[in-house]
Amino acid sequence: MKLHRAAALLIAAASAMSAAAPAPDKLCLGCHDEKTAPFHASVHSVLGCTGCHTDIKDFPHPDKVAKVDCSSCHTGPAAALPASVHAKASAQPCLSCHGDAHAVVPVKDAKSTVFPTNLPRTCGTCHGDKKFAQQHNQPDIYSQYMDSIHGFALTQDGLLVAATCSSCHGAHDILPRGNPKSRVNPANVPATCGTCHQGIQQQYDAGIHGQALQKGNTQAPVCTTCHTAHQIGNVREAAFKLQTNATCGNCHKDRHGTYSDTFHGQVSLLGSQEAARCWDCHRPHNILPASDPKSSIAKANLVQTCGKCHPGANASFVTYSPHADPHNAQTYPWLHASSIFMNLLLASVLGFFALHTLMWFIRSRAEHLKDAKEGRSNS
Amino acid sequence: MSTPAVINAGTETRHYTRFTPVQRMMHVILLVTFLGLAATGLPMRFSNQAWVAGLNAVGGFAAILFVHKLCAVILSIAFMAHVADIFYRAAIKKQWWLLWGPNSLVPNLKDVQDFIGQMKWFLFRGPKPVFDRYTYWEKLDYWGVFWGMAIIGISGYAMWFAPAFARLVPGSWLNVALLIHGEEALLATGFIFVVHFFNEHLRPDNFPMDITVFTGRQTEAEFQERHPIEYARLLKSGELEQFRAEASPASANRIWRVFGTVAVVIGLALIALIIMAVFTAR
Repeated sequence: MKLHRAAALLIAAASAMSAAAPAPDKLCLGCHDEKTAPFHASVHSVLGCTGCHTDIKDFPHPDKVAKVDCSSCHTGPAAALPASVHAKASAQPCLSCHGDAHAVVPVKDAKSTVFPTNLPRTCGTCHGDKKFAQQHNQPDIYSQYMDSIHGFALTQDGLLVAATCSSCHGAHDILPRGNPKSRVNPANVPATCGTCHQGIQQQYDAGIHGQALQKGNTQAPVCTTCHTAHQIGNVREAAFKLQTNATCGNCHKDRHGTYSDTFHGQVSLLGSQEAARCWDCHRPHNILPASDPKSSIAKANLVQTCGKCHPGANASFVTYSPHADPHNAQTYPWLHASSIFMNLLLASVLGFFALHTLMWFIRSRAEHLKDAKEGRSNS
Repeated sequence: MSTPAVINAGTETRHYTRFTPVQRMMHVILLVTFLGLAATGLPMRFSNQAWVAGLNAVGGFAAILFVHKLCAVILSIAFMAHVADIFYRAAIKKQWWLLWGPNSLVPNLKDVQDFIGQMKWFLFRGPKPVFDRYTYWEKLDYWGVFWGMAIIGISGYAMWFAPAFARLVPGSWLNVALLIHGEEALLATGFIFVVHFFNEHLRPDNFPMDITVFTGRQTEAEFQERHPIEYARLLKSGELEQFRAEASPASANRIWRVFGTVAVVIGLALIALIIMAVFTAR
């Protein structure tokens, strides 16, 4: 790819220089002097003016000149662009992202509009615009990205390896998400994220969610289902931890319901970061059913799993159910019986004393009224 | 020997001890820690309530659990000290009257008769019963709290020291422990904040605040009205004068009235939150 581009450049430069009567740059810049400085610094300077403006042969040139065709050199990007979402984005789609063609610098140059540290701002020109977002039914992707762990890694930590727009979406061949070939099509998301997060992808692929996806289940959660696409938080921070139970609960409604009635669930909702959340027991990526001996919640592994938080946990301890349901008499007979007993106790004691209190109040009022009446008649 | 007429003349100014300083202190410890436990237990039990998010401003979960455990430990120590004291006085010092008789908190036949009498009085079917040292509802208060502390305490410590607890009994009992802990707490708060508050403070005869339990003193008129049998017995045996006490200073009474009122208001606010939570639960 790189070799291709270099070769194309060389050929273009050579042909420009060897052309019979090249319009001398000096002649052009006599009028277009404002372009002198950026053009000389640009990667395109070697091409001369007529390297791109090929229809200009004489001075003065016609008022209307032909649209420059970047594809004459940049064949690869030009081939990919027509199928991409940006094909019809503007009359000159190349310039939307690469900026002024006269000032274009190499992609590796920190001043390039598509250099990693500049790319989010470049894409954000459109994808950070409120009107644009409304028209295309998109969120403010730029803000979401900039506040994400990837955005912070790039802008605050200066990590060039941090994922930017093109890391996940590609550059010239960005396809709509619904296209099965799109890098961000759900079926391809694990591989896309796995480009960097390879260890996590291995765990995910081995887990029940990854297995479901591999079997063709399009409903299976992928990386972005839990982490979101652009607002990805730091998993070690409270803000992320505190919303994970609800995230799992989006699909696992009944399990989230029973969990919420246990101690772990109650205090997690209260803001405890120590209390076990879904992923503490089930693991975040290589989630496996209890029937699988490799599962963190397989019977043989429970002592170890619970023991992470509860030192001293033994076989008896792990008979505790983190999803106990008092309504389920079959699985939890004792809990069910206790629940009925406690409900009856509460209803009878509080009910009786409510009545006792009410009768006492009425009787006392009656007594006071009687006293008051007799007091008046006596006096 | 004074005549009844003379006694009546000074009944509002003569004061008698009803509770010892230790008993009064125990009640204050119980009151403060119970409010603390209820106020911190409530957000844990009903953590799905919208107002719970506001607690992050006062330290959030870590502070809530710390206060809950602190109050639990203080109350447990007071509870065990009380049980040890009763055991010492009954078993070692042979004060059998603690365990049986008119001055004991152990229920007896008269309590059943009093209860039936009170029901008849409620229904305009008989006279108001005359009570001895402790009325049946006072004994219920005592034993309700006693039972509650044992049940809530054991289930609470079981969860606190869960792995150790699971060495004694199956770990699945921890599921039952949480259920009982929470339900019994609802019963306790419901009973104290509604029934006890009404019986001792809010019913028309005692409104707005009966501070006998804080000052430890009652006037002779109150004594005659509320515990006529005990009064008559002490008068007859000549022991009554042993219970004579100085009037509690007006400044102390004022403080106790404010203290008691604040406690009642906090309790009623908590019960309002509980009712709201119970009726908005899934």
